[in-house]
Amino acid sequence: MFEQIEGSRAVAKAVALCRPEVVCAYPISPQTHIVEALAEMVSSGVLSPCEFINVESEFAALSVAIGASATGARSYTATASQGLLYMAEAVFNAAGLGLPIVMTVANRALGAPINIWNDHSDAMALRDAGWIQLFAEDNQEAVDLHIQAFRLGEELSLPVMVCMDGFILTHAVERVDLPTQAQVDAYLPPYSPRQVLDPAEPVSIGAMVGPEAFMEVKYLAHAKQMEALRLIPQYAEEFRAIFGRPSGGLAHAYRTEEASTIVVAMGSVMGTIKDVIDEMREAGHAIGALGITLFRPFPTAAIVAALRGARRVVVLEKSLAVGLGGILATNVRMALAALPIDVYTVIAGLGGRAITKRSLHALFRRAEKNDLDSLTFLDLDERLVARQLAREKERRKSGPVAENLLRDVGVIAARNY
Amino acid sequence: MFQVRIHGRGGQGVVTAAEMLALAAFDEGRYAQAFPSFGSERTGAPVVAFCRIDDKPIRVREPIVTPDALIIQDATLLHQVDCFGGLKPEGHILINTGKSLAELGLEEYLAAHPRERVLTLNATEIALRRLGRPLPNVPLLAGFAAMTGLIRLEAVEKAIAERFAGKVAAGNLAAAREAYSRILSSLERAHV
Amino acid sequence: MHEQPIKFYQTGTFTVGNRLLPPEQRTVQSRIKRYNSLNSGHRACQGCGEALGARYCVDAAMEAANGRLIAANATGCLEVFSTPYPETSWQLPWIHSLFGNTAAVATGIAAALKVKRAKGERRHIRVIAQGGDGGTTDIGFACLSGMFERNDDVLYICYDNGGYMNTGVQRSSATPPAARTATTPSLEGALGNAFGQGKFLPEIALAHGIPFVATATVADLHDLEAKVRRAMEFHGARYLHVLVPCPLGWGFPSHETIKMARLAKESGIFPVFAAESGEVVASAPIRRKVPVEDYLRPQKRFAHLFSPTLNLAALARLQELADRNIRKYRLLPETL
Repeated sequence: MFEQIEGSRAVAKAVALCRPEVVCAYPISPQTHIVEALAEMVSSGVLSPCEFINVESEFAALSVAIGASATGARSYTATASQGLLYMAEAVFNAAGLGLPIVMTVANRALGAPINIWNDHSDAMALRDAGWIQLFAEDNQEAVDLHIQAFRLGEELSLPVMVCMDGFILTHAVERVDLPTQAQVDAYLPPYSPRQVLDPAEPVSIGAMVGPEAFMEVKYLAHAKQMEALRLIPQYAEEFRAIFGRPSGGLAHAYRTEEASTIVVAMGSVMGTIKDVIDEMREAGHAIGALGITLFRPFPTAAIVAALRGARRVVVLEKSLAVGLGGILATNVRMALAALPIDVYTVIAGLGGRAITKRSLHALFRRAEKNDLDSLTFLDLDERLVARQLAREKERRKSGPVAENLLRDVGVIAARNY
Repeated sequence: MFQVRIHGRGGQGVVTAAEMLALAAFDEGRYAQAFPSFGSERTGAPVVAFCRIDDKPIRVREPIVTPDALIIQDATLLHQVDCFGGLKPEGHILINTGKSLAELGLEEYLAAHPRERVLTLNATEIALRRLGRPLPNVPLLAGFAAMTGLIRLEAVEKAIAERFAGKVAAGNLAAAREAYSRILSSLERAHV
Repeated sequence: MHEQPIKFYQTGTFTVGNRLLPPEQRTVQSRIKRYNSLNSGHRACQGCGEALGARYCVDAAMEAANGRLIAANATGCLEVFSTPYPETSWQLPWIHSLFGNTAAVATGIAAALKVKRAKGERRHIRVIAQGGDGGTTDIGFACLSGMFERNDDVLYICYDNGGYMNTGVQRSSATPPAARTATTPSLEGALGNAFGQGKFLPEIALAHGIPFVATATVADLHDLEAKVRRAMEFHGARYLHVLVPCPLGWGFPSHETIKMARLAKESGIFPVFAAESGEVVASAPIRRKVPVEDYLRPQKRFAHLFSPTLNLAALARLQELADRNIRKYRLLPETL
């Protein structure tokens, strides 16, 4: 049923339709509305039986989920930013133990400086923790991916992170087609764990493993992720059959036919990019886009197939590998290594910097003329950077960078939107 | 696509206004996207919320930089924040105030703006009287409906019913209806 | 197996093996049909107090739960010596996740069981969590406090050997004052671990107002098992703090583990008590009071207090700590 609904609430409703048995949460913006809505549903009995546990930290949130999942309960939590880092040890642990926890990451920047706005630094920091990582383009996809995540994770005994852009999606109120319980039940079978803590059949989970078998355990985790590459398109197809709309999958190509330039991105910025692509196509530009839904495992073959015909690829990403450049771009470059395609890295939208159509138009036109550096920071205030660099050159005790820059920027309320 | 930017202060229901506008548009069968300015603003701080309305799915995620309409919930922001930034020529402006444009110091600035496109409404006063609380967002929304014709009063009323209950819903309904008719008469005066 | 009653004249908790007691008063450990939850064959050191404590506690909890028990275990000696194949020793469903999250993992298990119970599945299963003092009082403290304040249905057992023995005897917040560890050395006449630091977690547990908090040592099996049994009578968060001497970390001969635990209790340096709903309800009285020096002297970690010169000031301060415990927990008849 179509509803005009906040992204967080829509996701909470979708999660509830998946009948989680244990939900644990620690508040952090911009994830909070999701678990607040779930708390309401547990409290009112709409979601029952389900244990909602208010924990003392994100580390505990995921640890509770680990215990619950190992006991055979379908377990869910949500976090963002510093919260994801605070639970990092448990993030790796859940994957290593093979527990199919589903976790929403309401993507947000990492401090310092502290910043509550959106970028992908949090999920990227944990990209190699062994979780499947899905990125939602809009709130409809966020809803759909959560339902697919439980199915996928439980089939493979792997945890799944569903990433949705903080504020941009979590706090956006838009039209979402919310599935019925019958649809979700038809799609998502009850959780049948491969390992469970049960006195009837005692097992030890989490034993120490030495050099004699550790590599093999890790290899199997990798092999499972490779298996996900095969299962995800299949599950997306089954999803379409039951829910009547395409959703999920590895990556989505948009007007890439005959495109000499293809823009690659993840998450909500794809919407803005598509609008720009339409306008540029209208003006005769041979440009298209590829939205990557699945970041881990990295769908190399699908990406090569989608980008093969392009002359250049512009990877626009909301994350920065400091000292290297792009993260998504590095992965795309690796996928395209054997092909004669120029790859440009564009770092954009860090800490909530708006990615505007105007900037994208200019950027893509420069790319078409091969007038881009291999690494570009979109809408970087170079004057601001230069001032700070000058200050640091001028005196040793130049002070805290963030404070200096804010002073240089001046009153921000006047341009707060 | 019609784009609305709402300026106000934390606690005035700015985000709720954008969401209700989106809800009203949705109820009329249109696509709408409402979102806040994503800040961690506390009560009293300048806040902005946005709403896009269209007849086809809305994909763009940038903040609204060239609005078709502005709702200014707090007139004290007018000289603090660049409220009019990017407003399209002849865009709608609705200001919550009991003062005249001259008293607000805007007469000269908006001299060239069509009279029926810049209106004031003492929404706080209406809300205080009808709702008992200084929450100007709902009467402004109804005023906006009257001013732009973009959504019908019925859709605003439906959004109120979906969002509020009991006395709050009743008070907001009364405030909305009064605001709607007041703006209609302002428009008549502007066209005379 | 057939049991033949034999008449003996000596009874009591000091009696080795409990064979001298009537069958109904014997410990779980003395029974042929004990659970052997932590089975033989693990790779703990000779004389390991923690292995003993874990075996006692988990078997007693298994007995109380009719064998329907799940355990979460912190990283540490206990986890390391009990899991690698072929030394895998746990005979109950057991999970090790991380060093600092054991209480939270146990919370998750309890929550899952609650939901399963509501669905009519897997009923009457109890949960324990266990870890060493490092995993409990230091790195696992936040999760433990969270589990306490939510009153989650878990019995948490801390095996306190006063340091990070798994990583080679470093100081923890449960290391006693003046003890030498790898990170509180006693070189050049230094004292070792400082006075005025550390924490006694049972009192912090008590402050949470949880249903049951108790301390015990591996020297008194009857008391230890009685406390586990009592703990299992409650639902909600429960805490048991067991002193488990470590021959390696403390520096005493491996056959003196029980003796060390007994001296700790009899000197008053380790108070043995039980509390319910935030109030101390019982103390295990000192039977034959010994000066704290008797407890310290056999341990190499305190050797610097005795040689080359006798550190009378430090010994006096340690005696005062023991005396304070005796007063506070009323460990001697005259303090009652």
